[in-house]
Amino acid sequence: MLTRRDFLQVTAATAALYAGSNIGRVAAAQNITQDDLLSFDALGQVTLLNFTDMHAQLMPIYFREPSINVGVGEVRGLPPHLTGEEMISHFRLNAGTAEAYAFSSTDFAALAQDYGHVGGLDRMATLIKAVRAERPGNTLLLDGGDTWQGSYTSLHTQGEDMVRVMNALGVDAMTAHWEFTYGADRVTELTEMLDFPFLAGNVRDTEWEEEVFDSTAYYDRSGVKIAVIGQAFPYTPVANPRYMIPSWSFGIQEKLVQQRVEDAKAEGADLIVLLSHNGFDVDRKLASQVDGIDVILTGHTHDAIPAVIEVNKTLLVASGSHGKFLARLDLDVQDKQVKDYSFKLIPVFSDAITPDPDMEALVTELRAPHEAELSRVLGKTDSLLYRRGNFNGTFDDLICQALMSERDTEIALSPGFRWGSSLLPGQDITVEHVYNQTAITYPNAYRSEMSGQLLKDILEDVADNLFNPDPYYQQGGDMVRAGGLGYAIEINKPIGERITNMTLLSSGDSIEATRNYTVSGWASVNEGTEGPPVYDLVSHYIESQGTVQVDENPNIKVTGA
Amino acid sequence: MSETKQYVSIEMTRRNVLAGGAAAFMGLTLSGLASATPSDVADLVANIAAGQTPQSGKIVLDMPQIAENGNTVPLSVSVESPMTDTDYVKSLHVFAEDNPTPEVASFHFTPMSGLAEVSTRMRMAKTQNIVAVAQMSDGSVFTESVQVKVTIGGCGG
Repeated sequence: MLTRRDFLQVTAATAALYAGSNIGRVAAAQNITQDDLLSFDALGQVTLLNFTDMHAQLMPIYFREPSINVGVGEVRGLPPHLTGEEMISHFRLNAGTAEAYAFSSTDFAALAQDYGHVGGLDRMATLIKAVRAERPGNTLLLDGGDTWQGSYTSLHTQGEDMVRVMNALGVDAMTAHWEFTYGADRVTELTEMLDFPFLAGNVRDTEWEEEVFDSTAYYDRSGVKIAVIGQAFPYTPVANPRYMIPSWSFGIQEKLVQQRVEDAKAEGADLIVLLSHNGFDVDRKLASQVDGIDVILTGHTHDAIPAVIEVNKTLLVASGSHGKFLARLDLDVQDKQVKDYSFKLIPVFSDAITPDPDMEALVTELRAPHEAELSRVLGKTDSLLYRRGNFNGTFDDLICQALMSERDTEIALSPGFRWGSSLLPGQDITVEHVYNQTAITYPNAYRSEMSGQLLKDILEDVADNLFNPDPYYQQGGDMVRAGGLGYAIEINKPIGERITNMTLLSSGDSIEATRNYTVSGWASVNEGTEGPPVYDLVSHYIESQGTVQVDENPNIKVTGA
Repeated sequence: MSETKQYVSIEMTRRNVLAGGAAAFMGLTLSGLASATPSDVADLVANIAAGQTPQSGKIVLDMPQIAENGNTVPLSVSVESPMTDTDYVKSLHVFAEDNPTPEVASFHFTPMSGLAEVSTRMRMAKTQNIVAVAQMSDGSVFTESVQVKVTIGGCGG
């Protein structure tokens, strides 16, 4: 029987969460306390703390979970492919409560008024320090990557602000993805500044196939020898500019992962943890193919799952993104086996947590040189602005409008990144908010001509990266966002057959394969792309509009979801 | 925003489309050439099989699911065999179903080779199946194929 104080704590013993009773309405916003959030039935010798995909968010933000996040093939309808009401009912959450606000998109804008911001590194530090104080000698803090990129300050310091914060937080190991977009030389510099290992066992140099980074680090916690194996995002050189890391090769490397596990066992490890940036569905498949991994701390696909998912004796944890959650997994390890565990994905409700003064001071220091620009107001939004979801979010539609207007094109394409904070109706839009959507090292907004056939090929290609029924072919991004262009998509068709009814919205005419269209976009992975940086372009557009109003995009018809 | 419009239009190809195309979409540079088809490769396999029905098993064909660079895709093939005088792998052939020239490589072994295992790199025009065929000393033939994608789009989370 779960009580209020357990607040979403899910233990191996309480499978009743799925089967059974209501948790009971969680305390209203003013009653959520730090103690409620930290309440936990400690167990065993090891406490793993994990966050991932923080995307350089030092400050509290709003973040709306997706309202569409389709699973294909065998994982259709399974977590994390549940959104809104389905998410609420599957995990027996209660509509309208803080937990529903944290884990689903339902009534987001209204609930945000009650429950406020999430995240903030000073709040995260408070939670981590509290768990360490409760469990000294048991705790291991692991960062799943996508930590150094995604904000104004991270871009301007080329990742250094996050390195300083992570060192101060006392992270024990990390793996990576967007980190690599600072380029090989900068990544090398930053890893030398880290107080902890940067683990990426699947990265090898292209010439001799030698390891570029350490694959595994070992820790002792209460007599349990823990091996942490790092797995960087396998498709970094495909999804991000390869020219920035020309001599590094990635890949899922299933056999290599198995080898790393065997090596760790040979070293006497009692507990084997894969710190992974594969994406949830890739890790679910990997867990079914590779034996001997006790825990996978998943990342990349930004899924926040309130319970552990078990596959082939492996425990999969998905800790969300943007510093919105801290995962705690307690493990009782006996004879190199996990005998019992206890888990909670703790929402970092900013208003309920006392900021840690040391971290607050550090964040203030890091932001001070940029404060004037960060807080500069560009305009205001009358509607909810968000990105996350398989298809166009409203913030993407705003970016597409900006691209089409500022670069004078019929069509705009914007990448389906999964990062980017949300804005509530009535909020001012600041420079910081624009960078939270666009802060990348290859920002130039191109203008070009593309044939109708090429546009279709692009949509088909990206759709197959998202909806291929074999997770190993999925790259973990969402669908490319389209402005000025409508289309229909049948998710369960093969590549080449998913996209139909492509329409140029300005004329209502069907897209012709052989006609050329003017197209603007950003985040091209090709060296030498010309155009203004997208953050400047979007900032200028918002200033020119004053107040923006972006309604849900009605021009993409999805079937088979 | 007049200053932004001074940027010239750039010629877009499949290679330089938004976040993708890192994996060198070679369809462009090779587009003047006719490509092979899966049935061409089936004919080549049938020639090697010389009347035998190719069997599955024995071959491990290791390639990335998605190529990082279509110009140079790593490829490792191993064939399970004791490699004795009476039981060994005679030859191993690699075909690309949709490359302009489907014959990628042929390797010949003797019992003295010790292992029937090769690694190389190949060029790929586009997403396609790569087929490996092994001919054994007793005349039996084994085959294995994998699909390797060469993508133009996609942007990771």
